[in-house]
Amino acid sequence: MQATNILILILGLGVLAFFLGRGRSLALAKPLGGIRQLHSLPSYYGMHAALWCALPSLFLLCVWMLFDDSLINRLVLDSVAAEIAPNDTASYNLLINKISNLADGILPRKGESAALVAAADHLVSLRIISSWSLTAVLLTLSSLGLLWGWSRISASFRARPVVEKVMQNILLGCACLAIFTTLGIVLSVLFESIQFFRSVPIFDFVFGLEWSPQTAIREDQVGSSGSFGAVPLFVGTLLVSAVAMVVAVPVGLMSAIYLAEYASKTVRTYAKPALEILAGIPTVVYGFFAALTVAPFLRDLGASFGLSVSSESALAAGGVMGVMIIPFISSLADDVITAVPQSMRDGSLAMGATKSETVRRVIIPAALPGIVGGVMLAISRAIGETMIVVMAAGMAAKLTANPLESVTTVTVQIVTLLTGDQEFDSPKTLAAFALGLMLFTVTLLLNIFALHIVKKYREQYD
Amino acid sequence: MTESINHLEKIKNSLSRRNRAEKRFRWYGRTAIFIGLAAVLVLFTDIVNKGHGAFRITYIELEVTYDQDRIGVNNLTDPKELTRGNWEALSKTALRTEFPAVSGRSDKRELYGLISSGAGFDLKDRLLENPRLLGETERVWLLADDDIDTYYKSWLDGDTYSARMSAKQLEWIDELHQQGKIRLQFNSNLFTRGDSREPEQAGIRGAVMGSLLTLILTLLLSFPIGVSAAIYLEEFAPRNRWTDFIEVNINNLAAVPSIIFGLLGLAIFINFFHVPRSVPIVGGLVLTLMTLPTIIITSRAAIKSVPPSIREAALGMGASKYQTVLHHVLPLSLPGMLTGAIIGMAQALGESAPLLMIGMVAFIVDIPGGFSDPATVLPVQIFLWADSPERAFIEKTSAAIMILLSFLIVMNTVAVWLRKRLERRW
Repeated sequence: MQATNILILILGLGVLAFFLGRGRSLALAKPLGGIRQLHSLPSYYGMHAALWCALPSLFLLCVWMLFDDSLINRLVLDSVAAEIAPNDTASYNLLINKISNLADGILPRKGESAALVAAADHLVSLRIISSWSLTAVLLTLSSLGLLWGWSRISASFRARPVVEKVMQNILLGCACLAIFTTLGIVLSVLFESIQFFRSVPIFDFVFGLEWSPQTAIREDQVGSSGSFGAVPLFVGTLLVSAVAMVVAVPVGLMSAIYLAEYASKTVRTYAKPALEILAGIPTVVYGFFAALTVAPFLRDLGASFGLSVSSESALAAGGVMGVMIIPFISSLADDVITAVPQSMRDGSLAMGATKSETVRRVIIPAALPGIVGGVMLAISRAIGETMIVVMAAGMAAKLTANPLESVTTVTVQIVTLLTGDQEFDSPKTLAAFALGLMLFTVTLLLNIFALHIVKKYREQYD
Repeated sequence: MTESINHLEKIKNSLSRRNRAEKRFRWYGRTAIFIGLAAVLVLFTDIVNKGHGAFRITYIELEVTYDQDRIGVNNLTDPKELTRGNWEALSKTALRTEFPAVSGRSDKRELYGLISSGAGFDLKDRLLENPRLLGETERVWLLADDDIDTYYKSWLDGDTYSARMSAKQLEWIDELHQQGKIRLQFNSNLFTRGDSREPEQAGIRGAVMGSLLTLILTLLLSFPIGVSAAIYLEEFAPRNRWTDFIEVNINNLAAVPSIIFGLLGLAIFINFFHVPRSVPIVGGLVLTLMTLPTIIITSRAAIKSVPPSIREAALGMGASKYQTVLHHVLPLSLPGMLTGAIIGMAQALGESAPLLMIGMVAFIVDIPGGFSDPATVLPVQIFLWADSPERAFIEKTSAAIMILLSFLIVMNTVAVWLRKRLERRW
């Protein structure tokens, strides 16, 4: 039986348990003089029975699904004849794949060795045993749970606190998922990175000036030792982000100031959502726009001035990225500017300062920490932005600070290294995880710092 | 005395300068807003300009004879015979009857280039639907090749692009045009077919289905989990370090670059748990983790906006903490949560970077029918098409972007409408 069917069956049993439990509590209450004589409302008794029926089975199902495959593979391999037994991980995986394909009928059985066919048959029989025993065990467990939950029902049984306790733990589990996600990110990226740093020293990676990620197919081939110096990538990322900030910070900040301090209510109600449209456009659309409209336009513009602008210039990618970030900065800046107390504005205006002087000398200094925090969040977003640079920036790692040339970024390299054919133990693939670790660390630090500043600032005026 | 007059003079003299500065400052602000709005406008007009043509496509009318001998099929119910049939012969013969004067190998090849290479299979489908056509002759509108399509559209617009056309082909098209045998028709292929290497055959149906499946899974997982987490943090969490730690984690996850979630999916779901690549299950899981922070944060705001008096009233009437939350706080904050969920889904719909990592970037022709079929999603399809060298794909890509944007606009409008309609002010 398939896992989804089992799941539906367990949930069905849970619903049944709910009604049985509720029915029993109602039946118990009748001779006592109505449900007032029960400790809890009837539905709590139902819930109690349902939880006992479904929860243990669901838990067991999850555990079973996790270990089912690897256990069966182990058993099959233990049983195969010695002549085809694998001796390393690669051939182990290959053999498992082959046997499982034979078992599924994807590969024809004709012409395969008897040992393999026997292993495939063994696999099929083990799978059938596993699935039926799973069904049997789960059904028994559910029924036992139902029986137990049902038998505990009595007028004095305190069902509500029990149910609420379980619910609270489920809610807590959901909240803790955020921690598990962070943990998962850190572990997955760190684990692969450590493997990478075993073959490439961490010093060469962080300070190396040349990036050409390739691994040798033969020992003696030309350029067999790929070099994994990430500095050109960092420089490229910074260059693109800097261009983006040059576009986004002045425009975002000025529009926030104008909308908060000058604009009439009508302008504000229409201009603000219109600007926020920019934040809702998918990045792949910006990438398309940058690669097919902005980049050729800049190239032609440069050519008419006698400049040679690369058709994958950092200027195009960064400029479009800046446009994407405008609403991000403007809404964050808007928040902090409107949080500046009105009394400070009034004080400045009463001293005879003009509005722009008030903004420049009073409001901006007061709001500066918040604005800096917002800009840092924006930088972290620019560093991590992927699609625009993948589509509009270059692939070749060049160490340059000229925005008219083509550069590559950390995210571009992660995507290039991990799409397409890959094996998991080559430094080329692992390098992507090392880059991911760098990216995660830098953005995490920027975010923590920025959130800290913003929070501190908010407390100041609250 | 004289000193204060001097001061007044000074202030008066500087007034015009200060007023000029004030005016300048105001113009800076206006310019900034103008730049932002202009960017929106340019982006949309550019996409629409490039993409509007893709909704119509060129067809050529030819006389097709469903000749059994030429196809090599006698029994239309035998699948083996059908796959062996020479379906392209149908369109090729039709082209030769239309232009009988054409001879020579290269000329013929150019002639066959007028019609899409998949046209034969369209004829096959047509024949299977109407089996009595076998052996008959009829006039059919056949899909033109993408180069012909690009040329014909550009020629109709008066901005001719004929770089990929030969002189003979231009002549033939002219002839067909004078006879009224070439025309633009609504491009239904765009909506009914999966991906293809041939631009004229490619459609977004597969990608839309993939997006739909992925989003369904994302919504089913992230909404209940996100709302539960928000309820816990707002209503039940004790003020201690652990709770603070959870909150810090959520806020940080909201700002982690999306590509990192792709790395997580690749390392954990695919490499560790051996979930197959390219399927909506992995996509849905990764996008769930990615949208969770958004949903938790908006749901918390919605719960916070329910006034404490409601909780106090419920507790005062003898409700337990859970009954208060489930019967009063949750229903009152649901509109806000739904708005947050829709915004989160819109974000997930437009996301492509993490899905590249988990292999949803493959070339997939079949339209996915379930959560474990290989699939791609709309933004990734856009990425793939944008990378294709054929000129006709630019038009297709822009059209796909228009469709994606209209989905997003609808979702956001619904979110705004929901907020306006259902939100209560206390």
